[in-house]
Amino acid sequence: MGRGNNVKTGVALRHGLTHLFIIALGITMIYPVLWMIVSSFKPNNMIFSDPGLIPKAVTFENYAAGWKGYAGVSFGVFFTNSLFLCAVSILGNLISCSLAAYAFARLKFTGRSFWFAVMMVTLMLPAHVTLVPQYILFNSFGWVGTFLPILTPKFLATDAFFVFLLVQFIRSLPKELDEAATIDGCSKFGIFLRIILPLALPALVTVALFTFLWTWDDFFNHLLYLTKPPIFSVTRALRTFVGDAGAVSNWGAALAMSTLAMLPAFLLFFSLQRYFVEGITTTGLKG
Amino acid sequence: MSNSHPIVRFLRRNAAGYLFLTPWLVGFFVLTLYPMIYSLWLSFTNYNFTKPDAMQWIGFGNYLKMFGSVFGLSQFTAATGDAMHIDRHYMKSLSVTFTYVLAAVPLKLTFALGVAMLMSQKLRWVPFYRAVYYIPTLLGGSVAIAVLWRKLFEKDGLINAFLSILGFTDLPGWITNPRYALWTLVLLAVWQFGSSMIIFLAGLKQIPQEYYEAAGVDGANKVHQFFFITLPLLSPVILFNLVMQMISAFQVFTQAYIIGGGGGGVLNSTLFYTLHLYIQGWTYYEMGYASAMAWVLLLIIGVLTALIFRSSRFWVSYGTGE
Repeated sequence: MGRGNNVKTGVALRHGLTHLFIIALGITMIYPVLWMIVSSFKPNNMIFSDPGLIPKAVTFENYAAGWKGYAGVSFGVFFTNSLFLCAVSILGNLISCSLAAYAFARLKFTGRSFWFAVMMVTLMLPAHVTLVPQYILFNSFGWVGTFLPILTPKFLATDAFFVFLLVQFIRSLPKELDEAATIDGCSKFGIFLRIILPLALPALVTVALFTFLWTWDDFFNHLLYLTKPPIFSVTRALRTFVGDAGAVSNWGAALAMSTLAMLPAFLLFFSLQRYFVEGITTTGLKG
Repeated sequence: MSNSHPIVRFLRRNAAGYLFLTPWLVGFFVLTLYPMIYSLWLSFTNYNFTKPDAMQWIGFGNYLKMFGSVFGLSQFTAATGDAMHIDRHYMKSLSVTFTYVLAAVPLKLTFALGVAMLMSQKLRWVPFYRAVYYIPTLLGGSVAIAVLWRKLFEKDGLINAFLSILGFTDLPGWITNPRYALWTLVLLAVWQFGSSMIIFLAGLKQIPQEYYEAAGVDGANKVHQFFFITLPLLSPVILFNLVMQMISAFQVFTQAYIIGGGGGGVLNSTLFYTLHLYIQGWTYYEMGYASAMAWVLLLIIGVLTALIFRSSRFWVSYGTGE
């Protein structure tokens, strides 16, 4: 009895220490983010002098200053642009990636394994080898300076990661449902629409979620194609706070708008955490 | 129906598949295959976006422009008869990127594995901890965090404020000092270990607990168990994480761009490969040269991935743990 209790106390102590360690490390890790949020409410001259988390004075000046935006265009416009880009991208990816995934996972056709292998190779391809010709192509369409170079590819299933994720998921669904529907006279498209899509809902949520995050956070494409302030996205607009030599003129406003820019990711993450973990573990999606 | 013409039958059998695949096929041909061939061709020309009519075939000129300094060249005569200058910054961008990849990827994976092992114990609140540890990864690639990182590591930034509380004096501006600037970016990468950690956690859960119990009975201590059970059984997951992290580390752009204020930072200390490519292609509009750089990047990543897979037969074990 006594020995058993000792072992139990030992385990409890070890677990307690582990908890303590994990919590301490966790606080260290998210301290910069917390500090950023708190500092966005500090008067500009107190941001540097105060490494603490409790502000000595609270102001909303930074938000007012930051919201004025860039070149006469307010941050409201930038947020609207980003949200529009995300919404259309999600729609495009959901349609195009699920169509391709259904073909790969369920339909029999000549060359299926060949095209699947091709798709897997594009998954690892660095985007830079296609960058210049894509830019020349979009420029010849007169699309530089519009949302089209960012949105059009989403309707053509260019995010192979999502096709792969959906293929994996659809393969795991029971085939008997398709067969029963076929016997009942359902067409391939009917099966896709009425059986596969509803059952694949969790995977589709993961696709929508990561499409949102990647489009929201994308910077490179926005830098290339969103060339005028009225069509700037939030990330492209945040860059204007950092001068060309790297100096920042208004830190308070920069931190305030950065905090706002992170808000959607936060909200989505805490409301849809399950889908994150599923997305990452099935395909190794990078956040 | 069944005795119709073979072509009709072939179409009937394949039509549905290819119909569903059409968007992806169009995307593949128009936005991947054609651009790849086009950029390979451009890489052998002196194509400049602002002077498309002046484009000429220059053979391996762009490639010599990159690697000429290895042969001690500073300029050479191109196939067009014009003098071409060696890119003085190319080698620097290559060394910056390799240093970053070689430092950031192993550190990140080690850290991710360590934390994953801590959390794989039967503890309460693990989902909550996992969420908190994932926050940096969730936000890490964004411009917002890059802006924050500048602030943290400046001379009068948060890090120095803490270090001076601890009694350190004469602290450098980490971002503006060419000796340290790259390492702040390595730290930023390691900080975002969240998705590797989640994948490791899932992998650790697959290892049957009995293996550890049996080893414990046989007298193996924790260190032995780690090296002879955990590591071998986790090796396929390590391989996967290693390849994915390596590929994405070579393509880092946003953080370097913001922290360097659109350039390579002080003395080009953070002139990452993709940043250099962007500057060549979209500041100087030397898009033929930028295409050549992109193809070299593809080759580097391809060769390294192949090498890792080749080596994996010596250190990755499959077949157990199911």
